[in-house]
Amino acid sequence: MITKRIIPCLDVRDGRVVKGINFEGLQDVSSPVELAQYYSKNGADELVFYDITASSDGRKLFTDILCETARKVFIPLTVGGGINSVEDFNRVLKCGADKVSVNSGAIRNPGLIYEAAKLYGDQCVVLSVDVKRVGGEFKVFAKGGRENTGMEAISWIKRCVENGAGEVVVNSIDTDGVKQGFDLEMLDAVCNAVSVPVIASGGAGCTGDFVTLFKTLPKVDAGLAASIFHFGEVNINELKKELSQNGIITRL
Amino acid sequence: MVAIVDYGVGNIFSLKSSFAAIGAEVTVTSDEKTLREADRIILPGVGAFEDAAKKLEESGMASLIKELAASGKPLMGICLGMQLLFEKSYEYGEHEGLGLIKGSIKPIKDVIPEDYKIPHIGWNKLTFKKADCPIFKYINDGDYVYFVHSFYGADCEASTAATTEYGAELTAAVMDKNVFGCQFHPEKSGQVGLDILRAFVELKEEK
Repeated sequence: MITKRIIPCLDVRDGRVVKGINFEGLQDVSSPVELAQYYSKNGADELVFYDITASSDGRKLFTDILCETARKVFIPLTVGGGINSVEDFNRVLKCGADKVSVNSGAIRNPGLIYEAAKLYGDQCVVLSVDVKRVGGEFKVFAKGGRENTGMEAISWIKRCVENGAGEVVVNSIDTDGVKQGFDLEMLDAVCNAVSVPVIASGGAGCTGDFVTLFKTLPKVDAGLAASIFHFGEVNINELKKELSQNGIITRL
Repeated sequence: MVAIVDYGVGNIFSLKSSFAAIGAEVTVTSDEKTLREADRIILPGVGAFEDAAKKLEESGMASLIKELAASGKPLMGICLGMQLLFEKSYEYGEHEGLGLIKGSIKPIKDVIPEDYKIPHIGWNKLTFKKADCPIFKYINDGDYVYFVHSFYGADCEASTAATTEYGAELTAAVMDKNVFGCQFHPEKSGQVGLDILRAFVELKEEK
């Protein structure tokens, strides 16, 4: 059977990982290449590189870093941030990315997912969506979660999957940073609406949160987190052993 | 030297990098002379069978690969490259492959339960059918590798080297003498994948 996946997410600005602490054996914690290699050795099933650069110089640097990582790390790589066109897909796929995640780019240009899926296949296109409860409804937020688009989230996600998104990353703004666990209610609603893999993001504070996630919602395929891995609060190998002891299939 | 066949299909950046990472000399080429001189050949591929088979045929690479395989040169097809080794494919119609592995390519959806997602994508476990298959030299039965596919190798019992379980037993690797195929992506399967490529690089030509 397919395993549940554990995915660390690296935010990269001007060629450097934005947050993190020193791990044993790691020279430069801000080096995306070194951190990616570290996670790959420690059982990460996949990596997400998120480009939060604003400048074009920074974008070039990001692409160079991505190539350098793909030369040294041999697990699937997903790239997001600043993906607004098919040319952006091509730019990162050429550097060894396997999947490309779109967020605001798909909101601005609703045809992007369809175009990219036709060119590169559904398996290559990941919808990333920032969702927050407003007046009892799930709403899609844009611009890194700062702007309410007014769109209802579940119907937006369904539409994107129909257009060819092969996977959905659900970032709950309500639980993000709170470290009290994933947003199970929101994830359940998404899992019931689409049949493509769903990746949970936002809220993981400890190993137990991942166990609860996969036990409560067996349809969720993967758990994504950033700071708890970067700050060494959760070790991926130990997390996967714990999952396995709880009857959840993981790659050990 | 490892020659990765370049016929305009798919992304081979990671594949090339993975050979470099295990210290193998590697080139990406469509040049006949280079392919003849190479010690071993990799047939990559991502996308649709029909399009890829047509490109191989039109470039003259199909007959060259068949000739080199017959001469005993180690050949490995990866993902769609593995599927191209088969006699034919039923992916959107019926298309002829290289015929180096007996069997045909069929849709996964015909054999798996309805509630299983397609493509079969993610890390899944290998079950050896031929434990002595030389490309498994450095890995173990039960190791995990990374899959992304919607079609699979069928009617190929005699050549099946490993399978994986996804609501049905799916072909994961095939071999027939010096011809090998992996449905999964060794270049995305971490250390296990690199160990498979290392074993392939160490194979001797069959005379």
